[in-house]
Amino acid sequence: MLGLGVLNPDEIQAIRLSLRVATWAVVWSLPFGVLAAIVLARGRFPGKALLDTVLHLPLILPPVVTGYALLILFGRRGVLGAFLANTFGIVFAFRWTGAALASAIMGFPLMVRAIRLAVEAVDRRLEDAAGTLGAAPRWVFLTVTLPLILPGILAGAILAFTRSLGEFGATITFVSNIPGETQTLPSAIYTFTQVPGGDAGALRLSVIAVIIAAMALLVSEFLARRVSRRVGA
Amino acid sequence: MSHRLGAFALDARFTSEGRVTALFGQSGAGKTSLVNCLAGLIRPDRGRIVVDGHVLFDDRGGVCVPPHRRRIGYVFQEGRLFPHLTVRQNLLYGRWFTPAHERRAGVEPVVDLLGLRPLLDRRPGGLSGGEKQRVALGRALLADPRLLLMDEPLASLDAARKEEILPYIERLRDETRVPMVYVSHSVPEVTRLASTMVVLSEGHVEAVGPVGAVMSRLDLVGVIGREEAGAVLDTVVSGIDVASGLTTLRSLAGDLYVPRLDLRPGTPVRVRIRARDVMIATRPPGDLSALNVLEGKVAEVGGDDTASVEIRLDCRGEALVARLTRHSVARLDLHAGRTVYAVVKAVAIDGPVDRPGAGARETAPADAEEARP
Repeated sequence: MLGLGVLNPDEIQAIRLSLRVATWAVVWSLPFGVLAAIVLARGRFPGKALLDTVLHLPLILPPVVTGYALLILFGRRGVLGAFLANTFGIVFAFRWTGAALASAIMGFPLMVRAIRLAVEAVDRRLEDAAGTLGAAPRWVFLTVTLPLILPGILAGAILAFTRSLGEFGATITFVSNIPGETQTLPSAIYTFTQVPGGDAGALRLSVIAVIIAAMALLVSEFLARRVSRRVGA
Repeated sequence: MSHRLGAFALDARFTSEGRVTALFGQSGAGKTSLVNCLAGLIRPDRGRIVVDGHVLFDDRGGVCVPPHRRRIGYVFQEGRLFPHLTVRQNLLYGRWFTPAHERRAGVEPVVDLLGLRPLLDRRPGGLSGGEKQRVALGRALLADPRLLLMDEPLASLDAARKEEILPYIERLRDETRVPMVYVSHSVPEVTRLASTMVVLSEGHVEAVGPVGAVMSRLDLVGVIGREEAGAVLDTVVSGIDVASGLTTLRSLAGDLYVPRLDLRPGTPVRVRIRARDVMIATRPPGDLSALNVLEGKVAEVGGDDTASVEIRLDCRGEALVARLTRHSVARLDLHAGRTVYAVVKAVAIDGPVDRPGAGARETAPADAEEARP
């Protein structure tokens, strides 16, 4: 009735773009997320509370504010944007890469929180034990710490992924709503709701969004259960 | 070596050549802090630690070898097995980091020594407490340590599990060449396993020496604990009488008769005779249910002010400790040099197997004992 099977090419493009943006956002932010989680869980340094607050800002600020901040920083004439464009040829403004950056920033606090909990739950005495068995600190991290926080990393990655799929405010502020380049699923739904007769399209894409989100959640549950059974006490 | 942790100061100095060095002391004496310093998990404020000729720590020379380069094995009280690895992977973990030319312990012999073969493919989560400790022992051994630290490896196990592990530790001691430091507050474990004993109290070393010598020192009774204090004798099985069910143990102090032990003649057996289980007679006693009468001289009378005192006897070179009331000491006129007879019930001697229910033995009716042969 809704014609779910007959998505038009624009809609398919929006879905594919969303998945690509979310994947890139997670893949690139994950190493930083693990690093930030470990620093926040174990580090003792002045300014830790400040770092914690800054990393959490995207979670509490209006997304539009985050998007505007990104525009100022990473826009073509922004401090970082100009530097990156001139030095590495990396451009974020009005490109799908910018959508990925916005998604990464918005999902980052969620990702760090999940991983940080896992890091805090690691029994550090196991790391001492690995040390007495001859493992240098980097090997202790790779063979003991990392496997033990893997469930947290997975949970964080999937949270960030689903958050990315839903990202709207910061993305549309930063990189606008260009079909085929920055028009992700939420932007496409929003566009449908703004034109007469777009209800059917909005509904179709919304159903797709629900399905993708539910699947991501199911996959995360499945993986978390498998991993925790393996790591389980 | 000294270290300060808040109000607690650890100040220890000792050297040991023994195969098994026991670090003995009550909870809070600083035993774990001391072994953590040895392993490199705690950095002492000052001092020097040398193991097998290798300087591991020296504040003056600016040496502090990190734990992973110390080659010191550590068996923790709680096992600390890696939950994400199988038993086999846990065992092989340290081997990974051992240079090939330093790998001496073979996987197969260690697996057999500790009876781990049925456990290899399981995960630590499903193991019993005793099995976990056996795996932890094997894991530490397979890293080919220069020294093996064991921090109360049996403390979290019940009596039956302890009996399950102790023979494995004895085999380890007898069949591998790795020197061990065994931390414990249990006199039976220490006297059973150790050759050298270090007594720690409130962060200080109270005594260092062979187990027998340390255990018979009257000034340490308070630290060791009145109930557990007593002499340790090294004996050899010399005869087994099937009819009477008795085993004869030969010691320097004389023959001891104990309830039957399933050991072949010639087997060395270390026995512990608790001070409270020893009676003193000034003449050779007769018509007595107790089987063991050892002649000796009073060597020292403890100078305690309480109602009971410990006295040390010299029985042909071996020390024996008896705990008597001050009243009895006065009545029998016990003083250094006097010849006396120490009376010990056969069932009160702690042999190599600490039978469960030691408390029940104390209340056994007297007629359960056999007449003197």
